[in-house]
Amino acid sequence: MCTTCGCGQGQVKIEGEHEHEHRHADGTVHSHPHEHDAAHAHAHEHAHPHHHPDGTVHTHAHEHGGEHAHGHDHEHAHTHADGLTHAHPHDHDGEHAHEHAPGVHRHADGTWHSHDGTSEHVHEGDGALHYGLGPAHSHAPGMSQARMVRIEQDILAKNDQIAAGNRQRLSDRGVFALNLVSSPGSGKTTLLAASIRTLMPAQAVAVIEGDQQTTHDAERIRAAGAPAIQVNTGKGCHLDAAMVERALERLPLPSGGVLFIENVGNLVCPAAFDLGEACKVAVLSVTEGEDKPLKYPDMFRAARLLLLNKVDLLPYLNFDVEQCIAYARQVNPEIEVMQVSATTGQGMDAWLAWVRAGVRRAREAQLSTVEGLRQRVSELEDRLAPRH
Amino acid sequence: MHEMSLAQSIVEIVERTAAANGGGRVSAVRLEIGALSHVEVEALRFCFDAVTRGGAAEGARLELDSPPGQAWCMPCGATVPLARLGDACPHCGSHQLQVTQGEEMRVKDIELI
Repeated sequence: MCTTCGCGQGQVKIEGEHEHEHRHADGTVHSHPHEHDAAHAHAHEHAHPHHHPDGTVHTHAHEHGGEHAHGHDHEHAHTHADGLTHAHPHDHDGEHAHEHAPGVHRHADGTWHSHDGTSEHVHEGDGALHYGLGPAHSHAPGMSQARMVRIEQDILAKNDQIAAGNRQRLSDRGVFALNLVSSPGSGKTTLLAASIRTLMPAQAVAVIEGDQQTTHDAERIRAAGAPAIQVNTGKGCHLDAAMVERALERLPLPSGGVLFIENVGNLVCPAAFDLGEACKVAVLSVTEGEDKPLKYPDMFRAARLLLLNKVDLLPYLNFDVEQCIAYARQVNPEIEVMQVSATTGQGMDAWLAWVRAGVRRAREAQLSTVEGLRQRVSELEDRLAPRH
Repeated sequence: MHEMSLAQSIVEIVERTAAANGGGRVSAVRLEIGALSHVEVEALRFCFDAVTRGGAAEGARLELDSPPGQAWCMPCGATVPLARLGDACPHCGSHQLQVTQGEEMRVKDIELI
């Protein structure tokens, strides 16, 4: 399990290790370790045998309409389709959420209640009655009234807000910003360096480099002739909008310029974090597998353009270009695809023409807003001011 | 996904709301985590427990609504159910789908006592 974000807990599948199989409605079968000591969540129909203290064993199916997590024993009774009502020992040792399919729940003491998802659900166990596991609910008399405060806010709102601020700032400056994403080693930095050498000096360029450590990439970009800021994320695995916001404060960004943001090499996390860019460009090299788009669908879904890089190596590889493009289009029917080689220059003209077209669009957008015009005018005034 | 930073964002939103609504302890937090979102629920619960410790939401129940996935199928011209991102339209098999529900990650409401 990742100690930074807790990911991986309960999700690790080890081949060959299973205690029972799950058969899904669509016929697929999978196995996974099923220790009741570990919390796990699953939401599908399954049947498994119950062994009772009196020795009887029966199998029953229950459908869980939603999330439930249980990692411990708890006590409740089930009435089954065959009429059998029984209680079996389960202890609660903590909070749990149960969302059951509609139906009736009978308890060991004969009390029952219906479950339509909105009525009160009382759990009997460990000697206490637990009320209030439904939505806006009331408590037992004697307890202070709880009140519900509606929030309705996106969890990633903070990042999205900062990203929107970045986007506005870039738009006001007439800058075309691209977020380059890929696995480590796809050739992003080499591609950028080659692009910069061709684009400049006619085209203004600036680069934000993201890596866990070192300033190597920013140094390579500066050697290619463009201003660059290195962001080291330390333990972090992606750039976020706040990092880009801070970097933008230190980077000269002329109007009509292109900003390349080279994200941390990672095909998973950057997909979820808006930086304020115009679009994401996914870089995939032919030394990787054709099925990368299927394996990392979120990233390819988020990208506007796929650059298939290192095509000069195709004669030495078994890489099926058409298959790769088909997979990419399966995951994202709208994605554009270009084949390039940063080292030989193949395909670079088309890629750079695409970049220049984006710059033109950003320029036009700048001149269509009052704030954008203001910034453009002020920039021109600075340029025309007599030098001292 | 980043369940720890998500949990931190959730707790930030919750504690801010609690403070703005007369303070008090937070006894429950309801989230809407769509069926298509990239959140590992167990990791989120783990991180939520860790992040709420010592704050107004310590011990709060975490309740999760899970809106099912839905998408607009372009060839069908209709909204169709979507079990997983990347699935084809269950009616016509096309992949030309625009997700309309199921990617939510929001804090719906909290219960203050």
